[in-house]
Amino acid sequence: MIRLSIAALALATAAPVLAETIAVDPGEGAQERLQEALILAQPGDEIVLGAGRFQLTDGLSLDADNVTVRGAGMEATVLDFTDQQGSGEGLLVTSDGVTLRDFAVENPKGDGIKSKGADNIVYHAIRVTWTGGPKPTNGAYGIYPVESTNILIDGTEVSGASDAGIYVGQSSKITVRNSVATDNVAGIEIENSRDAIVERNFVSRNTGGILVFDLPNLPVMGGGNVIVRDNLVAANTTPNFAPEGNIVATVPRGTGVMVMANENVWVGQNLLYDNPTAPVMVIAYPLPFEDPNYNPYPREVTIAWNAVDAGGTEPQLEGAEQLTAAFGGALPPVMWDGLIDGDAEYTPLRVDADLRGWSLNLTEQGKGMAGAQPGPLEAAAPGQPISTEGWGASAELEARLR
Amino acid sequence: MKRAAILLGAGVLALTGSIAAHPGQRAAAAGPGAVNDAAVMEGMPRTLAEFGFFADAAAQAPAARVIPYRLNTPLYSDGADKLRFIYLPEGASATAAGEDLLEIPVGAALIKTFAFGEGEARRLIETRVLLHRADGWVALPYLWNAEQTEARLAVAGARLDVTTPRGEAISYRVPNKNQCKECHGLAGDVIPIGPKARNLSHEWLRDMVARGMLDRVPGGADVLPVWETRSEASAADAARAYLDVNCAHCHRPSATASNSGLDLRWEQSDPAAIGIMKRPVAAGRGSGGLLFDIVPGKPEESILAHRMASSEPGVAMPELGKATVDPEGVEAVERWIASLEP
Repeated sequence: MIRLSIAALALATAAPVLAETIAVDPGEGAQERLQEALILAQPGDEIVLGAGRFQLTDGLSLDADNVTVRGAGMEATVLDFTDQQGSGEGLLVTSDGVTLRDFAVENPKGDGIKSKGADNIVYHAIRVTWTGGPKPTNGAYGIYPVESTNILIDGTEVSGASDAGIYVGQSSKITVRNSVATDNVAGIEIENSRDAIVERNFVSRNTGGILVFDLPNLPVMGGGNVIVRDNLVAANTTPNFAPEGNIVATVPRGTGVMVMANENVWVGQNLLYDNPTAPVMVIAYPLPFEDPNYNPYPREVTIAWNAVDAGGTEPQLEGAEQLTAAFGGALPPVMWDGLIDGDAEYTPLRVDADLRGWSLNLTEQGKGMAGAQPGPLEAAAPGQPISTEGWGASAELEARLR
Repeated sequence: MKRAAILLGAGVLALTGSIAAHPGQRAAAAGPGAVNDAAVMEGMPRTLAEFGFFADAAAQAPAARVIPYRLNTPLYSDGADKLRFIYLPEGASATAAGEDLLEIPVGAALIKTFAFGEGEARRLIETRVLLHRADGWVALPYLWNAEQTEARLAVAGARLDVTTPRGEAISYRVPNKNQCKECHGLAGDVIPIGPKARNLSHEWLRDMVARGMLDRVPGGADVLPVWETRSEASAADAARAYLDVNCAHCHRPSATASNSGLDLRWEQSDPAAIGIMKRPVAAGRGSGGLLFDIVPGKPEESILAHRMASSEPGVAMPELGKATVDPEGVEAVERWIASLEP
């Protein structure tokens, strides 16, 4: 009894103690045992998940700072949510300084792993899979950090998300790299976020590859400072399977890299193959909106050198047949809607001289394709290479991988 | 104290029913009929009895200074009967703070028991306590045993088969300690949700003042309709009260669903913020193929009503504490949406 009271006291005061390793294995009572470990973890602790399949019936959550959750590998340790009965995601993280690594999440009913208001987080060698392939009944996001600062997503694999595989929203200082996003509606999406580096990812068999969006009516707006470089974005030809109502449901099949609204975005040195609507698309927010604080236009977007194929050979656009015929069989690789803020004092778009493009030459935001007068794109040449100083995850997060 | 022993203790603490009740544990309270203030202020008592909140816990008869209350419009919890109590230690009183939450001092506690069944058949499921400690509020869930003799700490939560008042057999979820914070969290802190002056009756507030447990009746009190007589209120008041009580603890700035941009608090008047013609952000399949949260005049085209009317994880709202649809709530919200001018 004395020991119990002391234990209770120690728990309540969260006195600094030596970091511990807590092992949790799959099997009987996995839900309760794992959730208890997550609740009782102290700062600095490492929760080690054994190899095997954890059969889970409810969402898990972690709310303790500076905790590592480590599995035996993204194929060996599986958190299986096929029989999930409650919660909006598989694992929810709401604390800072967390490292998630070397395990998989399968078939969550909602999102895979969501981290909200969780700064300084690392996702390393995490797999999130909806095992039935692309289905509108799959959850929305695989890896889903939101309202957070300093995020490193490295070496992850996500497939089957009915919205975006890797989705970073309303956040800043973000690195998404060395990851594989396949069979999602959007492979990787950076939304209403700033200071992001998206590099060396393999993005294939999605509806759209890499999206950089800014949307109105959200607590955090003004997306920008995003670089998309050295990615392989190929064969994003899966028909859109997002439930209508979501903005990604409007993304045409065969979109490679898409920039909507946002400022100061650099897209360069990517390999963009078999994205038959548009290897690169740069557009204003297409819907009507009422939000005085929102800027719907892309500003200072640079499409530098990228390796591209013929471009829009099979565009999922209104009037596709006439369009492709007019451009000699395929739409040039860079597509712009032509919309510019009337009072603009910036360059909306710069494009590498070796890349051909076309413009819808729209004149009014929020009217869809109405008034389109398609023609060849005339854009300024790229200026000085962009500086990414201060962008991306910090060195401290990098150090945790070693 | 070595860390290993601490962890061992913690593990044992957490396992419901894994150790027999300690015979001396009742003696920890200051005597019959008095609340154990030390348990309110620190530690993680492994049984509800250690707090001494009840003179007869099985009968839910409260101890001295533990006062029952009800809310005009309550949070729906699968039709569970909810018994709410506030404890204020000797010499302490709550402070009026306008229409919002009463200011409840350190040392106080809120206690809520969930039960199914009536009369002899009533079965207590869980008792959740919110303890106001020196460094903030702490939420702990206690799970009742089948014999109804004891409720034990269940930090990891639990699932139980129950039959709701409408006869639905469900797997009822007792939330884990972290899930408590999903609803009770605001800007990183844990706070109470229920006892807002606007949702408490003048009669009860006056009684608290008479007991010396509240400084005065707050302005803006007793504004939300009483749920049972909501037909006497306007469609808007009934629905907005329901949304305030059932949704706004997450759907408000700085809370769990802040990133949705949806703010369903009673005091919010911006049409876009409460969802009118607002597009979803991260709804996923929860959108049900619909374009807007609320389409005036058209509940059948409104995502908000669609998600309330679902019990499927990933679609259903609220995400926690709900296994069944609340037809009364859906009806109230649909009636209000139908009444809105397009």
